[in-house]
Amino acid sequence: MQYDEKRLTRIVATDCGSTTTKAILIEYVDGEYRQTIRGEAPTTVEAPLNDVTKGVINATQELEELARLKYNNPNIKFMENGEFVIPRNGDIGVDAYVSTSSAGGGLQMMVTGVVASMTGESAERAALGAGAIVMDLIASNDKRMNHEKIERIRHLRPDMILMAGGEDGGTIKHVVEMAELVAGADPKPRLGSSYKLPVIYAGNKEAVGEIEKTLSEKVGLMVTENLRPKLETENLGPARDKIHDIFMEHVMQQAPGYNKLMEWTQGPDNQQVPIMPTPAAVGNIMQTIAKDEQIEVVGVDIGGATTDVFSVFTEDYVFNRTVSANLGMSYSISNVLASSGLANIMRWVPFDINENELRNMIKNKMIRPTTIPSLLEELVLEQAIAKEALRLAFEQHKEFASSLKGMQRQRDISEAFSQSTSGASIVNLMTLSLLVGSGGVLSHAPRRFQTVMMLIDAFLPEGITRLAVDSIFMMPHLGVLSEISPKAATEVFRKDCMVYLGSCVAPVGKGKYGKPALYAKLELPDGSVFEENIPFGEIRLIPCEGGKVAKATLKTSSGLVLNSEKAKELTVDLHGGEVGIVLDTRGRQPFTLPVDKAERIKYLKKWMRELKAYPEDILV
Amino acid sequence: MGQAYSAGLTVTDSMIVRKERILPLKGKVLVNKGAKVKAEDVVAETLLPGKVVPFNLANKLGVTPAQLEKYIKIKPGDQITKKTILAENAGLFGLGIFKNEVRSPVEGEVENISAVTGQVLLREPRIPVQVKAFLDGVVTEVIPDEGVVIENKSAYIQGIFGIGDETTGELKMLATTPDDEIDAGKIDDSCKGKIIIAGSFVPFHVIEIARKHGVKAIITGGIDDQDIKKLLGYDIGVAITGHENVGLTIVCTEGFGKITMAKKTFDLLKQFDGKKASVHGHTQIRAGVIRPEIIIPMDFEEKELISKEASLPVLEIGTMIRIIRQPHFGTIARVVALPEELTKVESETLVRILDAEFDDGTRVRIPRANVEVIES
Repeated sequence: MQYDEKRLTRIVATDCGSTTTKAILIEYVDGEYRQTIRGEAPTTVEAPLNDVTKGVINATQELEELARLKYNNPNIKFMENGEFVIPRNGDIGVDAYVSTSSAGGGLQMMVTGVVASMTGESAERAALGAGAIVMDLIASNDKRMNHEKIERIRHLRPDMILMAGGEDGGTIKHVVEMAELVAGADPKPRLGSSYKLPVIYAGNKEAVGEIEKTLSEKVGLMVTENLRPKLETENLGPARDKIHDIFMEHVMQQAPGYNKLMEWTQGPDNQQVPIMPTPAAVGNIMQTIAKDEQIEVVGVDIGGATTDVFSVFTEDYVFNRTVSANLGMSYSISNVLASSGLANIMRWVPFDINENELRNMIKNKMIRPTTIPSLLEELVLEQAIAKEALRLAFEQHKEFASSLKGMQRQRDISEAFSQSTSGASIVNLMTLSLLVGSGGVLSHAPRRFQTVMMLIDAFLPEGITRLAVDSIFMMPHLGVLSEISPKAATEVFRKDCMVYLGSCVAPVGKGKYGKPALYAKLELPDGSVFEENIPFGEIRLIPCEGGKVAKATLKTSSGLVLNSEKAKELTVDLHGGEVGIVLDTRGRQPFTLPVDKAERIKYLKKWMRELKAYPEDILV
Repeated sequence: MGQAYSAGLTVTDSMIVRKERILPLKGKVLVNKGAKVKAEDVVAETLLPGKVVPFNLANKLGVTPAQLEKYIKIKPGDQITKKTILAENAGLFGLGIFKNEVRSPVEGEVENISAVTGQVLLREPRIPVQVKAFLDGVVTEVIPDEGVVIENKSAYIQGIFGIGDETTGELKMLATTPDDEIDAGKIDDSCKGKIIIAGSFVPFHVIEIARKHGVKAIITGGIDDQDIKKLLGYDIGVAITGHENVGLTIVCTEGFGKITMAKKTFDLLKQFDGKKASVHGHTQIRAGVIRPEIIIPMDFEEKELISKEASLPVLEIGTMIRIIRQPHFGTIARVVALPEELTKVESETLVRILDAEFDDGTRVRIPRANVEVIES
């Protein structure tokens, strides 16, 4: 159901995260939709309150208070007797209330397939695309013994299982065998034992009869279209839709207070608007940007517990999402240290610190996840950790976002010597147009310069890439809002959500520190000209406002290239932003930092100073 | 914005503790409503389904899955031993010559036979599981087939982080002050079966000695991250703990590093020195927060068992707080002002702050997110 601006003049949207419930107010003012006020409160799905709506009420009360102040009108109210008033009547009520949720650990799924890298991976893609965390992928060929698979299924306790396997019309034996293992494990749902675990079957349609025979008594079986009907075709839509239906109907029902919350989310005609898993809503918005602007996009949302990476690549706008379930800045911060190693974190820190102190600091953040760095030194350390969390999450994403594996390809002679195979990553940083960051450590960095530094150091964009950040983390809200008003969602997205930070120019190739790397001449919108022969191993920041472009002439030296056509000379328009245009000659593929510690610290300080990342006193 | 801070850990000399003791699967409840139980008593038990052993019978017999039906000797639900013949063929010319028979690899029950894959699922015998009361108290509710609710009046301390499972024992105060670091020499055989209380820190070698002397649990202000790694043999990535088998339980009340135990916590433990306590190290910081607990049961009348309604403590002028991040990590102060406007702190972050005063009268300005309310 969609509504126009006559019916939607004031909307409250919330995102119930694991820690915080974030509320925003969207209003139709002076002929356009704008996000006007934001409030937040701790999420209350857990003891002692055990009711998600308490957090929603607290966050909405904050919105009300701020709205009364903003409009100097003491009569404004969105809720009465602890419930939203819908539709709006003058100062009282709102026209719609929508919400996303990742509280209580989000949607946790297990997926099964026959061949792990084929149907297994397609099932994983469907689950991830629907906003789930995939706890495990179990496949006929995953090298575990059958009894080990059964033990694993039994111990996982997911919210639901997605089963795939087999081309339509192909052999049914393997997928039926997998169903037998699931039946043998007799899996129980994570939240409560009062209902049967939902299992979606999206495999070979010829096997449906046998699957029903094997599973229907033990689990809540639902059948949908095969998500890999042929080796060369993926059909993920029906499985994703089914996951969303079940998320609403079964999983959310079990979480404390969600029954009430599901009744609250309504449009102006009091029709229900489904609650969406947070990452599914962010995915919605990412795909909309890519298609609207016809560009390739990578987005990242780094949270306390998990880091989600989204990408849209190729002319077919292939969408991929990955969740790095144990990479995050609070609950999972200690795991970032364990995964990346201390040396990888310390390589971004421009001062000495006692290793033990750092380890204990990280652990203390893990056990008290809502604290924020008050000291500058702690901020620098957290941002160094964030770079590693982002880097690791992006590496996982690149590996996963690949072309379909298992397809036969005809090659012409020109391809015969290339390394490309089926299943190669479709993430190409050289063709990437826009990199969007989101999540506390990126959105709330005290200086936007720091956000730019983190994005560049973690993702190592190549060639020319625009950088942006979600201003106050409202992509989830807008993703779910787009279900009832794409106009409101896109308008707010463009005007209030997206903050363009600028562009990064990073020639690809090796070089030696101090040797010539890039000649750049930038004609800036204010008439001034930046011109320099920049040596290898440097960073330059040239201010250029958002909405403006600089006309750039770029020429590289010593084997460095500027785009996927391997151009060494380019004349292009570079978009400005809140931070400006960054020229980064530190090289790519490989990107290396000086090995010697003193030398590395010297360069880190130089780059940070150039990027205006931190106050001078920590860089001396 | 009054709530933009951590709710804080509960430390109280008297509260009604209510614990659900639930079986992992439905089973039998062994106590009645109103029964007085000790921590060690078994209150419910069940049989967990045995391990499932998949077994490709058709392959073993050398027939196709479709043919299996002709030769199979068992049906779902049959009890089996290692001698049970699962299937046998008729041998050469049906005369029993070179007859092939397949016996069960395990004892248990036949779960399923598949004509599509030729696989049978055999289930091993059930595994008994018992749930203990964990705390001395009264059974106030019986959840049929699932478990019970036990209540009592206790002194109660929530830890911030722990390792190791549920245990009970007598409290033994070894520290003399909250910032004490206990000497290994203080731990001897008199500590066997006890829950010992250290002060601000317990290093690895002291934990080792405690383990050797049969100490059941250690309560400490802080612990070093690397000592935990040595103890477990791995680094903790995500804080989900409690099922480690390291020979004792550790409850940390403040955090990682050397941190003076909060005075209130220390005084309470001192007050109940020698009393029986139930403790566990279960910690889960994500999705369904679980913190370690120290429960010290007291005498009570059943009519006292009325829990207070749950609410979030309020941050206001005069509230006692604990600072939970540098600078001043671990110190206690009193809130003296709650400015409304966002304020820039050293890291340049714009945050809601509060002004707090220490005992000696000095004042600090700290982000509200970096304090915990100490409930009085």
